[in-house]
Amino acid sequence: MPLIPPIARIIARHLLKGPLTMKGAPEPDPAGLVELGDALGLESRVRLGRSLSIRAVDAGSCNGCELEIHAVNNPVYDLERFGIRFVASPRHADVLLVTGPVSWNMAEALRRTYDATPAPRWVVAMGDCGKDGGCFAGSYAVAGGASAVIPVDLHIPGCPPTPTALLSGLLALLQTVSAK
Amino acid sequence: MMGNITLMEFLSAGREVPGHRPWPRYQLDARTWRRLAEQMTVSNWEILAEWGEPAEVHVLLRGEDSGAIAVASHPCPDGKFFALGQARPSAIRLERAIRDLWGLVPEGLEDQRPWLDHGRWGVRHPLGKPRETDGVPHVYRFHTAEGDGLHQIPVGPVHAGVIEPGHFRFHCQGETVVRLEERLGYVHKGIEGLLAGKPVADAARIVARVSGDATVAYSLAFAHAVEAALGHEPPPRAVWLRALMAECERLANHLFDIGAICNDAAFAIMLSHLGALREKVLRANQACFGHRLLMDRVVPGGVAADLPDDGVPILRRMAHEVGKGFERAMQLYDNTPSLLDRTTGTGVLTGALAHRFGAGGFVGRASSRGLDARRNPGYAPYDDLAFTIPVMADGDVHARLTVRAEEIRASLGLLDQILTALPAGPAAAPLALRGAGEGLGIVESFRGEVVVWVRVSESGKVVRCHPHDPSWFQWPLLEAVIEGNIVADFPLCNKSFNCSYSGQDL
Repeated sequence: MPLIPPIARIIARHLLKGPLTMKGAPEPDPAGLVELGDALGLESRVRLGRSLSIRAVDAGSCNGCELEIHAVNNPVYDLERFGIRFVASPRHADVLLVTGPVSWNMAEALRRTYDATPAPRWVVAMGDCGKDGGCFAGSYAVAGGASAVIPVDLHIPGCPPTPTALLSGLLALLQTVSAK
Repeated sequence: MMGNITLMEFLSAGREVPGHRPWPRYQLDARTWRRLAEQMTVSNWEILAEWGEPAEVHVLLRGEDSGAIAVASHPCPDGKFFALGQARPSAIRLERAIRDLWGLVPEGLEDQRPWLDHGRWGVRHPLGKPRETDGVPHVYRFHTAEGDGLHQIPVGPVHAGVIEPGHFRFHCQGETVVRLEERLGYVHKGIEGLLAGKPVADAARIVARVSGDATVAYSLAFAHAVEAALGHEPPPRAVWLRALMAECERLANHLFDIGAICNDAAFAIMLSHLGALREKVLRANQACFGHRLLMDRVVPGGVAADLPDDGVPILRRMAHEVGKGFERAMQLYDNTPSLLDRTTGTGVLTGALAHRFGAGGFVGRASSRGLDARRNPGYAPYDDLAFTIPVMADGDVHARLTVRAEEIRASLGLLDQILTALPAGPAAAPLALRGAGEGLGIVESFRGEVVVWVRVSESGKVVRCHPHDPSWFQWPLLEAVIEGNIVADFPLCNKSFNCSYSGQDL
């Protein structure tokens, strides 16, 4: 064991240098992110008490979208500072984030996950596949986009959507929600 | 005919099919195919992939001593073939899938349960002779374990984390796992059906999405296969840029997964630290090639995006920062006994099993099976590059993590060499369509050997294409390594394998 434990070094470095989140990242624009977070905070407070719990469901994705969901949770985007967090059960969720085209083998599981989510609930279909099946549309094994199985409130386009697109998409959802 | 016979000597009893490149393809009659199955019990030939057509079954083989590679095909107009899975358990799931998709019956195979077909497609044998069904899901008979105090834990297909869907059925005694059985196929998208008849460019987009985390490897294998089929030579700069992208992909995946393994042992700071490093790689990807995950950047004929003027310095800077940050993280890992306690001795895969199943990638290399497609069979430009292939014998979570850490160091070294030696010239050459052909590509993804086989028609369309994921040979081994471990260590073992659901389910 070195004289100064490595964990102490890492923590000290971050304390001295400040968080990775706000420092000179080329994209997304840090100011934009803060703005998004502010707007998100204001509107979500009305309905959702400043927090939004998301349950991710892979309904047939190639796992590209999952990689970007992981990315919005990394310290650089740090989704949780906006009060948005991913939860482990649909019963704890306000939003279902559905990735991929819906494969027939996952259709029932997706429907049951939706049924297990308490109202009010919103469904966000992530990625081009989530919209209409994308490049997998027309297959014997694919039902189509997420809306083929459950009602969808918002689509976030991209293959896969970037973390920034994912965040601004969730903001759009909140605007829709408060207009209701 | 038993005894010492090489793969090529054996296959020469069949008829060589013209126009299959770069490795030959032989058609075997029923008798010779059956002898092949017998020979598999005494030889060390490996199955690299097995797939079907409406009335033919193909198996990609490698002679382990000679390194010779060839496809053996067996026309089976009567709809059945002698199963190789009895001799080689790695082929069992492949042959069950062949039956599901093409309706060819693997004779002699003990496990005849459907694999990809859950009874929900509304059609049976969709790629063979399709027959409509009522779409009522099958009842799947899981293997059982009986004894005092045994209980079952069903998990999935929807998991608690942000991961892909699959079902795990545990039989446990107290905390200890007695038996794990996987049921996969939930994300089956019918990719082979979609590929048939598509123009090469459209097919390339689909193949790039077989498994999103290995998109560069899949695109590269597809490009190799199409270029081999058409006798096309990509320009040298494209070859080197492809390797550059492949190493960036390897780097990003290894970084994040090492963090995620530690996170599954409740040591979250590694994930935060390495997740931030991964972000550096993805941003360099975006700046240099225009896509964070490098999707659709490798295309048949070359690459779709050349480096911008400031590309080399961006990548060098990224490699420098990632290298420094990574060594800090590994120092932390190596000096945290509570973390090492979780990873060491957990989920041990024996070398014998790894060899028996032909497990590739870090799963094989952490259990003394030291093969890497970049060396064996090898492809350009790796013959001009110096890199080590780390191999360990312990086979536990720690060994898999350490092998991946060494591969990160090797990839950083490769990036440096590629950026130094990157040749000038065009980054793509338009594909010339000269006649039909069949081609094969074998590429090392971060996970292991990705195989793509393709048949291209005169008009430049994909007649048939089969992408094979390394996970086929790794998933069954996860069932073996969890035995005797505690349930709480399953996420750790699972993440240390990190098999692809989408790649396996197709």
